[in-house]
Amino acid sequence: MFEWLGITPQALLAQLLVGLINGSFYAVLSLGLAIIFGLLNIINFTHGSQYMLGAFVAWLGLTRLGPWLGHDDWAVNYWVALVLSPLLVGAFGMLIERTMLKRLYHLDHLYGLLLTFGLALVIEGMFRQWFGISGESYDVPESLSGAIRLEDLGIILPKYRIWVVVASTAVCFATWWVVERTRLGAYLRAGTENPKLLQAFGVNVPLMITLTYGYGVALAGFAGVLAAPVFQVNPIMGSNLIIVVFAVVVIGGMGSILGAIVTGLGLGLIEGLTKVFYAQGSAVVIFVIMAVVLLLRPAGLFGRER
Amino acid sequence: MKFNSKLMQALVVSALCASGAARAQVSDDVVKIGVLTDLSNIYSDVAGQGSVLAAKMAVEDFSKDGTVLGKRIEVISADHQNKADISANIAREWFDKEKVDAIVDLVSTNTALAAMEVAEQKNKITLVSGAASLPITNEKCTAVNVHWVYDTYALSVGTAQSLVKQGKKSWFFITADYAFGAALERDASAVVVANGGTVVGSVKAPFPNSDFSSFLLKAQASKADVIALANAGADTINSIKQAAEFGIIGSKQSVVPLLVFLSDIHSLGLKTTQGMYVTEGFYWNFNDKTRAWSKRFFERFKRMPTMVQAGVYSSTLAYLKAVQAVKTDDTQKVMARLKSETIDDGLFKGRILPNGKFKHDMLQMQVKSPDEAQSPWDYYKNVTVIPADVATQPLEKSVCKLLKK
Repeated sequence: MFEWLGITPQALLAQLLVGLINGSFYAVLSLGLAIIFGLLNIINFTHGSQYMLGAFVAWLGLTRLGPWLGHDDWAVNYWVALVLSPLLVGAFGMLIERTMLKRLYHLDHLYGLLLTFGLALVIEGMFRQWFGISGESYDVPESLSGAIRLEDLGIILPKYRIWVVVASTAVCFATWWVVERTRLGAYLRAGTENPKLLQAFGVNVPLMITLTYGYGVALAGFAGVLAAPVFQVNPIMGSNLIIVVFAVVVIGGMGSILGAIVTGLGLGLIEGLTKVFYAQGSAVVIFVIMAVVLLLRPAGLFGRER
Repeated sequence: MKFNSKLMQALVVSALCASGAARAQVSDDVVKIGVLTDLSNIYSDVAGQGSVLAAKMAVEDFSKDGTVLGKRIEVISADHQNKADISANIAREWFDKEKVDAIVDLVSTNTALAAMEVAEQKNKITLVSGAASLPITNEKCTAVNVHWVYDTYALSVGTAQSLVKQGKKSWFFITADYAFGAALERDASAVVVANGGTVVGSVKAPFPNSDFSSFLLKAQASKADVIALANAGADTINSIKQAAEFGIIGSKQSVVPLLVFLSDIHSLGLKTTQGMYVTEGFYWNFNDKTRAWSKRFFERFKRMPTMVQAGVYSSTLAYLKAVQAVKTDDTQKVMARLKSETIDDGLFKGRILPNGKFKHDMLQMQVKSPDEAQSPWDYYKNVTVIPADVATQPLEKSVCKLLKK
C-alpha cells in the first residue's frame, strides 16, 4: 500500500520519530518564549543565544572548569550540567531583566525586541571571538550512548535522542501543569492581566516577573544542554534555530503555553515528513505554514485575541 | 654659450621621459592586496583571520620593509559573509575606490564567482584559494583569475577513485543544496561511475543545516557502501557527528566527507573521525618545509594552518614576486608572468595553466586514531601523493573560453 509513497512504512516511522525528536526541541524552546511573551509581554530575541549559553556552560563544565581550578580530572558531568547549566543561565537572564528589561516595560513591545536582539548579537559575537566558529564536541554521556536497534522494523534510534523526547515532554508537561493548575500559576496569569491589582493584594509582582523571565531563560538553557551532544556546540547554534522557534510560537499563539507545546511537536513532525518527500523544502515549510495561519487565524491556532 | 630656454625645456622633457621608461609603473603608488573572506560565519575557521595573517606573512617574507619596486604593500580585509552580493559590492568598492590590485582567498564558490566577474570588468586580479567548484576554470573562467588550491575534480579523484578501487562500489550522496554541493556531487558521481561504481541515491539538504538525522536515516536505509557528504564546514561537522550518533560510523557503511579541512577534524576530535579518508591540497606535517612554515603560523595564530590559509600565503607571495619581476602591477603583465613559470615556495609546487588552474599535487590521507596522534594537530597518516597530472582536470576537457582559439 505504501509503495506509491516511494518509502517503506518502517522508514516512514523512523523519519517520523526523528521529526518528533526535533519537535520536542522546538517545544521546549517555544515554551520558554511563550511564557516570556505570554506572561511578560517581552519578545525575547536573546532566547537563541541563551540556548547556546546553556550548551556552552555544559561544555565548559565538562572540559575547561577542572583545568581552570587546577584539577585536571575534575569535570562537571552531563547529569549535573542538566540541572546546573539552566540555573546559571536563568540567573544570567534574571540579571538582564533586573538591569535592563525592567526599564522598558512601560514602552512599546518593540523596544524590548530591539534590546534583546542587540544582546543576542553581543553574546554571540563574544563567544565567536573566544571559541571560533567550528564549535566544540560534547560527548554523549556513557549511560545514554549507543542505539536501540529494532531490526525487524529496520529502525535504529540513538538512545540519547529518546531521552531528549522524554526529558522535554516531562519538562513541558510540568511547566504547563504549574501554570494552569496551581496557585503560583494563577498568580502569574493574574499578574499579566492586571499587575497593579495583584500587587494591591500583597503579591510581590516585580519579583514574580523577574523569576518568570529567569525560568523562561532557564528553559532555553535546558534545551541547550539537551542539544550539546547532538549538535556541535558552536556560537551560532542558536541563531539558526531561533527563527524557526519564533515561527512555531506565532503559529501556536503568542501567549498560549499549550499552543507552544503542541505546535512545537506537530511542526517537528511536519518538518520531518517534508524532509522525506521534498528535502529542499524542509527549511521553508514552517514559514509557509506560519503565513497561512496568520492569514486565516491571526492570533495563532491556540491564541486569544488581545 | 647662449642659454637656449627651448633647448632646456626639450632636454628636461626628454630626460623625464627617459627616466620614466626605466622607472617601475605602480598604479596609485601602492600595491594593495585585499583578503575577501568569511570572518564571522561557517567558513571563518577554514579561512577567516588565518587567511589575513597568511597574507601578511607573505608580505613580510617577501620584503623586510614591506615594499615592492619602492612602493609600499598594503593588506586589507573584509567579511563577505558567504553572500555573493556582498562579495561583489566589496570587490567593486575595493577596485574603484580603495586602489586594490588583487583580491585573495574568496572562500565559498558563490562569493568567488561574484568577485571574479567584477575583477574581469575592472581588469584586476583574483587569486581564489577557498572555493572549489569546477566552473571557476571552465564556464566561468576569466583571464585575470587563478584557482590556487583545490577543486571538485581533485577532491573527487582523490577520494572517490581510490575508494571505488578498494571495492566500495555503491554510493549515496547527502548534498548541500547550493552551487558547490551540486558541483561536488556531480563530479564525484562521474568519477564513481567511470570507475565501475553506482550511485544508488542522493538527497539535497538545505544549506546551511544543523540536523541531518532524517537524511542519514535515508542513507542508512539505502545500504550503500559509501555515504558521501557533498557539503563543507559546519554542515560536514554536524553530519559526521550525527552519523556517529546513529551508529553509522564503525558500521559496514563508510561515511566519506568529500571536502573536509584540518580545522573540522580538530573540532570533531579523532575519536569520531579516525580512519576517515581525506583529500587536501596541503598538510602542515607533510615535510620539513611545510612544518617550518606552519610552526611560524602557529606561533602567531595558535592554530595550525588549513590548506586555504596556506594557499593565501602562497598566492600572495607569488603575486608579489611576479610584480617585482615584471616591474609593474599592470594586470596583464603580472598574469602573463604568473602563468609563465614554475611556482615552488615550499608549500605548493607547480605551474598555472592557461585556464587559470594552478596545477600541483594533492595529498590523500587517513585520519589517525587518538592513540596514534603524537602531538596536537597531528591528525593524518598514510599520506599518499596524488600527482598533479592525475589530480587536475586535463586541459582538453576544460570548456574555458580562453582556450578556444
